[in-house]
Amino acid sequence: MKTLVLADHDNKVLKDATLAVVTAAAKLGEVHILVAGTNCELVADHAAKVAGVSLVLLAEDPAYEHELAENVAPLIVNLMADRDAFLAPATSTGKNVAPRVAALLDVMQVSDILSVEGPDTFTRPIYAGNAIATVQSSDAKKVITVRGTAFEKAAREGGNAQVEKIGTTGDAGLSNFVGAELSKSERPELTSAKVIVSGGRALQNGENFHALIEPLADKLKAAVGASRAAVDAGYVPNDYQVGQTGKIVAPEVYIAIGISGAIQHLAGMKDSKTIIAINKDEDAPIFQVADIGLVGDLFKVVPELTEKLPG
Amino acid sequence: MKILVPVKRVIDYNVKPRVKPDGTGVDLANVKMSMNPFDEIAVEEAIRLKEKGAATEIVAVSIGPAKAQETLRTALAMGADRAILIQTDDEVEPLAVAKLLKAVADEEQPGLVILGKQAIDDDSNQTGQMLAAMMGRPQGTFASKVELSGDTVTVTREVDGGLETVSLKTPAIVTTDLRLNEPRYASLPNIMKAKSKPLAQKTPADYGVDTAPRLKTLKVAEPPKRSAGVKVADVDELIAKLTNLGVVA
Repeated sequence: MKTLVLADHDNKVLKDATLAVVTAAAKLGEVHILVAGTNCELVADHAAKVAGVSLVLLAEDPAYEHELAENVAPLIVNLMADRDAFLAPATSTGKNVAPRVAALLDVMQVSDILSVEGPDTFTRPIYAGNAIATVQSSDAKKVITVRGTAFEKAAREGGNAQVEKIGTTGDAGLSNFVGAELSKSERPELTSAKVIVSGGRALQNGENFHALIEPLADKLKAAVGASRAAVDAGYVPNDYQVGQTGKIVAPEVYIAIGISGAIQHLAGMKDSKTIIAINKDEDAPIFQVADIGLVGDLFKVVPELTEKLPG
Repeated sequence: MKILVPVKRVIDYNVKPRVKPDGTGVDLANVKMSMNPFDEIAVEEAIRLKEKGAATEIVAVSIGPAKAQETLRTALAMGADRAILIQTDDEVEPLAVAKLLKAVADEEQPGLVILGKQAIDDDSNQTGQMLAAMMGRPQGTFASKVELSGDTVTVTREVDGGLETVSLKTPAIVTTDLRLNEPRYASLPNIMKAKSKPLAQKTPADYGVDTAPRLKTLKVAEPPKRSAGVKVADVDELIAKLTNLGVVA
């Protein structure tokens, strides 16, 4: 079987999410990576070095700069003429593009897979992760999005794939990129961080969130996350949200502070290796999944923790 | 401009889904059902565009069992003008839903289709993108802001790194994210009024769409359970645990 993996990148760096997709694709067959963008040769070079990749397809066109689905989907559809499975990371880019490809191929996509059970059989979460379905696809070609935390990341070194420049499909003339407000942070990215410190509504406002959560995260060299309640209340921007409708994370250590543990939040972090919860309500649902719990007032406990931590 | 708003009847978001002991699915017998929360946001956005004078008519459409009428009545009570039920007792996958919506859009010629980014039952996050592909039109997915001006719709999208804005030529497809708006509750007079709003009944066959599933569900299981761990008494004990985990040097 020949597979095509969509590289998630910013025209400079190949994002980690792509590496987990390579692992999933390798379980199905030969792995080809598509790098669609503009002035993104560096990304293609990164992709060529990834272990397990046998071919990199480089498609450079200003129409692909922001990965607009209207422009990228026709290119992928052309490439799928002689390939059997298309896999994209379940990131905002992958989730935007893959169903458009699936519809054009008349294929029912398998979203957010957790495992590859066979050439046509996969597991995926439904009902916000409250159930895991095993599904078998009868479509001749497969279109799949892959949950990054469910697969090991392929090694960034060790591969030596050929980079092939391919023709492009140009601008579909339907959509334009206007701009982006991306959060700038020196901290690690949420989805690839080893340690995450997350804050919830109990922090009461944005000032408290910054004053309490961020210094602790800095000491632990951790990424900062938040519950949906904290994001909806405006303490932090949307890209901090961990949960079913936000980011799915699985760090080594997840520290939940002032987070009660709504189902939708647990769905986004319950695969973390160790969960630590700090909450003043000893009956909070978060303690039912936490490996280590501390019942206490976060306004007292968190500053004390930050101060006493070495480093 | 006409706006088409597809809505889905799903398990109420406050209900904890239970996997059937025989592993064939999730138990929906005697469970409270409601409109998919993302679709409520879609209905609300359409109503706001109409209130601003940017839209003239809102058509709600649902694909599902006879009881999906209740979901459509909710949309009508919120402010949609009329409804279409495409009735079927079969489970219809996003690909077939998109085909049915494409057929409805061909008839209705909406300037905008606004729908939830995903349904909270199968969590596929596909229908809007698929519909856009089939219609050959642009898509603004995961919207947190929608502005309509002439034949252009500007959509601010929630993406992994923050926010991104795209401008799309109408007709266009928009899928809603959580922070687009807060849906209104239908007032009692509006609930009464909704009962007399037109609701057309159709079947998938009326649109010539084959809804046979492409995916076969072999098994539905409970996720691996985590069990509660230990409680520590104070910060010093917590730091000792963190040190054991290697988080603290």
